[in-house]
Amino acid sequence: MNLVFYLSAVVAVIATAMVITRKSAMHSLLYLVVSFLAISLIFFTLGAPFIAALEVIVYAGAIMVLFIFAIMLLNISPSGGGSEGQMRPGDWVGPSVLSLILLAELVYALVSGANVSPSGQPAPSGAAVAPNQVGASLFTTYLIGVELASVLLLSSVIGAYHLGQGHREEEEAEREEMVVFKETAVEEGVPEAAPGELEPEKER
Amino acid sequence: MASIPYWHGLVAASIIFILGLTGLLVRRNIIFSLMSIEIMLNAAGLAFISAGARWGQPDGQIMFLFILAVAASEVSVGLALVLHLFHQYKTLNTDEASRMRG
Repeated sequence: MNLVFYLSAVVAVIATAMVITRKSAMHSLLYLVVSFLAISLIFFTLGAPFIAALEVIVYAGAIMVLFIFAIMLLNISPSGGGSEGQMRPGDWVGPSVLSLILLAELVYALVSGANVSPSGQPAPSGAAVAPNQVGASLFTTYLIGVELASVLLLSSVIGAYHLGQGHREEEEAEREEMVVFKETAVEEGVPEAAPGELEPEKER
Repeated sequence: MASIPYWHGLVAASIIFILGLTGLLVRRNIIFSLMSIEIMLNAAGLAFISAGARWGQPDGQIMFLFILAVAASEVSVGLALVLHLFHQYKTLNTDEASRMRG
C-alpha cells in the first residue's frame, strides 16, 4: 500500500505540472482529471474511502463537466479551443499513460487487499476513519457548518442564475440589433446563429 | 504493511499547492487561473485528509466536505463570470480586463 501511495503522489505531481504548462485548455483539463483521480487514490490509501469516492464524483465528474461546458461554449480558436479537429491522436498519450499507471495501482491495491485480509475488512494503511463516524460527527458537532454550506450553495445557485440570465438578455438585444442590421444591409441572408441558447442550462 | 508517515502526505499536498500557486501567478488565461484555484483547494483538502488520518479523527474529512462545497460554488459563479468577461472583452486574457468601470 505504501507503493500505491508514493506512485499516485508522483502521478498527481506530474499531472499537475502538466496542467499548468499546457497551452491548450482542453489538454490541461485532461491532465487535471488525471490529477484528481490520483489524489482520490491517495485518499483511499490514507484510509478515507468515502472522501475518495466523493472526489471522483464531484471533482472529476461535476466540476470538470462545468469546465468542459465553459470551454466548449467559448470555443476559443487561437489558444486551442474546444473543436474536436484540433485534438490530434498524440495528445492522448500523456494522460493515457498516467491513468494506466493509476489503473495498475488500483488493481494492485485490490489484489493485495484481497490477499491480506480475507475476512471482508478493507485493509487501508494508517488509521482508517469509517464513513459512519464522519456522518455522525458531521450532523452533531458540525451542524452549523452544514447549514452554512447549504446557504453558500444556494447563494451560488442564485448568483449563477442571475449571471446567465443577464447574459442571455444582452445577447437577445444584440441579436435584435443584428437582425435590424441584416434587414437593412441585405435582402436574404443566412439565418443568424444563436450562440447564447445554452447558457442558462449550464449553471445547473 | 507499515503505515505511511503522515508528513509525506503533507509534503505531497505542499508540492501540489505550490504548483497551483505557480500556475495562478504565471498564466494569464482566466480558465487556467480557475483551474489553478481548484488545484490549490484540492491540495488543502489533501493536507486536511492526511492530518485527519494521522489523528484518527473524522474532522479532517468533514473539512474536506466543506472545501468541496466552496469549490463547487466558486467554480459555478466563476465560470458564469468568465462567460460574461468573454462576451464583453472577446478575450480570456486577464490583463485586458484590468480597468474598473463604475
